[in-house]
Amino acid sequence: MRLRRVFFSLNEQEHMNRRTTGTEDRRELQMARSMCWHCQSEMAGEYFCDRCVKVQPVSKDLDYFTCFGLPRRLAIDPQTLETKFYELSRAFHPDFYQNKSDAEQTISLDNSAMLNTAYRTLRDPIQRAEYLLDLEAGSVKEIRTTPPADLFEEILELQDTLDEFRASDRASDNASTLRTKLQADRATLEQRQQDMDAQLQQLFGRWDALQDRGEATEQARAERASILKSMRDLLSNRTYVKNIVNDLVATIA
Amino acid sequence: MARIVGIDLGTTNSLVAYMDQGTPRIISARGERAMVPSVVALTDNGLIVGDPAKEYLTRDPERTVYSVKRFMGKSLADVHDELAYFPYTLAEKGGVIRIKLGEKSYSPPQISAMILKELKIRAEAFLGESITKAVITVPAYFNDSQRQATKDAGMIAGLEVLRIINEPTAASLAYGLQEKTQGTIAVYDLGGGTFDISILKLKNGIFEVLATNGDTHLGGDDFDQLIADLFLGEIRTQYGLDLSAHPDHMQAVRLEAERAKIRLSEELKTAVNLDLPDGKGRFTRELTRDQLEQLCTALVERTLGPCRLALKDSELTPDNIDEVVLVGGATRMPLVRQRVHALFGKQPHCELNPDEVVALGAAVQADILSGGTTDMLLLDVTPLSLGIETMGGVMSSLIRRNTTIPASAKEMFTTYVDGQTGVDIHILQGERELAENNRSLARFRLKVPPLPAGVPRIEVTFLIDANGILNVMAKDMRTGETQSIEVKPSYGLSDQEVERMIEDSFKFAADDVSARKLIEARLDAGALITTTEKSLADGGHLIAAGEVEAIRTALSALTAAKDGNDSRAIRARMADLEQAAKGLTVAMLDDSLKQRLQGKKVSDVT
Ligand SMILES: Nc1ncnc2c1ncn2[C@@H]1O[C@H](COP(=O)(O)OP(=O)(O)O)[C@@H](O)[C@H]1O
Ligand SMILES: [Mg+2]
Repeated sequence: MRLRRVFFSLNEQEHMNRRTTGTEDRRELQMARSMCWHCQSEMAGEYFCDRCVKVQPVSKDLDYFTCFGLPRRLAIDPQTLETKFYELSRAFHPDFYQNKSDAEQTISLDNSAMLNTAYRTLRDPIQRAEYLLDLEAGSVKEIRTTPPADLFEEILELQDTLDEFRASDRASDNASTLRTKLQADRATLEQRQQDMDAQLQQLFGRWDALQDRGEATEQARAERASILKSMRDLLSNRTYVKNIVNDLVATIA
Repeated sequence: MARIVGIDLGTTNSLVAYMDQGTPRIISARGERAMVPSVVALTDNGLIVGDPAKEYLTRDPERTVYSVKRFMGKSLADVHDELAYFPYTLAEKGGVIRIKLGEKSYSPPQISAMILKELKIRAEAFLGESITKAVITVPAYFNDSQRQATKDAGMIAGLEVLRIINEPTAASLAYGLQEKTQGTIAVYDLGGGTFDISILKLKNGIFEVLATNGDTHLGGDDFDQLIADLFLGEIRTQYGLDLSAHPDHMQAVRLEAERAKIRLSEELKTAVNLDLPDGKGRFTRELTRDQLEQLCTALVERTLGPCRLALKDSELTPDNIDEVVLVGGATRMPLVRQRVHALFGKQPHCELNPDEVVALGAAVQADILSGGTTDMLLLDVTPLSLGIETMGGVMSSLIRRNTTIPASAKEMFTTYVDGQTGVDIHILQGERELAENNRSLARFRLKVPPLPAGVPRIEVTFLIDANGILNVMAKDMRTGETQSIEVKPSYGLSDQEVERMIEDSFKFAADDVSARKLIEARLDAGALITTTEKSLADGGHLIAAGEVEAIRTALSALTAAKDGNDSRAIRARMADLEQAAKGLTVAMLDDSLKQRLQGKKVSDVT
């Protein structure tokens, strides 16, 4: 009896649940965080108690942007991110807590693990966008199983060619014709990836600009929703095409 | 806090280092070489380690263990292909390799512990304090079983292993400290048995590992083997001799192959000489550097694949690498330097002694852990992906290779069969698709209430701490039922067995110390005999015949004692000889003084 990995995207109902409990939790944690776990004094500092200087646990609900002291934008200067990462690593890393209490060692370990995940996520523009989508729209990564509509025909044909190539005798003329065709397909798909990346960049820019304006109008809300939806579609198409290209490259290699 | 030493436990050579006011230093014992060859021999007087044991490689090959690191954390099946090359006997008990030495057999961690103990004794003698804590290095590409075996070796040797760190990362610490480098560096480490490549970013005291890769079964030993095979083939055709029936000669061929290889790093050609058994005389031949390189080129090429993968994983090209640092004795080969130069497009650095740099770096990390150094911080990665087995025997990764540690990951899983009452959580390490091709680290079972397939939600959490130790937790989201374990990779030795080995090591300690004392006494006696004989030849005429006779008697008594096994008897006979030769020493001093005074006026001397 083994496990099967399930990728489940939450349905609307659960999605609502998650959000409401989310805000409640956050309020509670905020309260918990406003006191030092060690000396119970009021917490003003970010990660260390002002009075007893003990390291404080980073709240599980703190999003990665806030953790790095960054606004929720999709354009991030890598240098700023790295500098902050190194600074927080120096603050949290277990190497510097070897002679401290068990409680502090546990906090140092959890904070460091969280920090490393946060850095890995924010450093990569695609993971960063996926994470932002998750925060903003509560969506869990969707795994696409059918080709994007505008590529439907091309991809079905490509799959046929791939099957035929796999079954063929690699030394035959037929195989070399197929290989040439597959190489052309690969170029097309890679071009397509580049187009998608450019479109994504544009969306990222629009998102950041909208956030900067900070309007609360009906129109702004609608634009926001539409950007998020386009982003989600593009990201899942992008993953789909990427997997196809990887498969193709592995087959003709 | 008690002092923590840094130890490089190598396939071929081991070293210990400590931090001396901000500078790491190698510890060497009383005029001996700092490097302790990683060789353990069983002699009639007990177990011996290091240089003295190395002499037994040809004298008693069946009872002399070398390159034991190759067997750490392995089962016999893992190393099946190379068994034929080792003259000592390997067996398996309870899934762990055992090495037979006389009546007893030892696990690889026990043999490694003997080397560690030698280093511990040296450090204690040098620093004048007891040493109980250490940082030990391992190849970056060691899996969890091999790391665990190394930790066990430390425990058996009476050392608390505060941290296992990766050899190339350790090297980068020593290098970064020395050169105050900033930028991206590649550390290429080719030792006796293992190959590692690590790519790091150095910035303001932070050492961030970007990627690591390697081969835990590729090193200088493999070059030696190819050369030895060439000689063995020629001996077979020219003399009709199959040396595999002569373990001592096999070992001599291997050692001569290694020496020739080392000479060819400096010279373009070298003479090879080997005594043959059965009165067949001598095998001689010339080996040129070209021939050596032809033999070894495929092996050197094999190191380049991991280098390319590490570059790819760190999303860099050779142009992005600012400096290449060479570590390990085998990087002294010109061919290796050439190929590395060609791949990265720049002259590699080798200012630091490639033999010592790993131990020095371990000492730096030890100092960081004891709170001494606070301006440097190492951010290392987990070398291999970690995950669990899912439907169809497939491995699902939760933490990908080259993820910075500490690291955590959480994922949701469900059941596959209706009414399933439990799920097996099988924890795996490796890069292959299928579970069976990866390393199994541990397994445990989580109970779930019987429900239709796909309904239960089981949340699996992985947490890797700074030591690379993995904790796994599985939680049934519906019932809240939780199971968690600290993964102690199962290479076969159970906790109880390790405990017992620790106890045993105390029992053997007495034997070990007496063996060591005997060797030292013999060496000292040998030196005394030589100097006394020389004095007798030079100054025998200065003393009475009876006195000469007394010295000769004491000399032969000491020579006899030296061949025995009693170190105290040797020391006693040495004292006798020194006493008997006292008159001779005085007479010779007087004589030399007289000679110098001859022809000089009294006023010149006063
Ligand atoms: N001058 C040299 N030229 C070529 N190989 C060398 C030279 N010096 C040492 N070696 C080889 O380096 C290997 C040992 O390297 P070392 O870094 O001490 O190994 P380890 O870390 O595995 O203990 C051996 O295979 C040895 O033959
Ligand atoms: Mg080494």
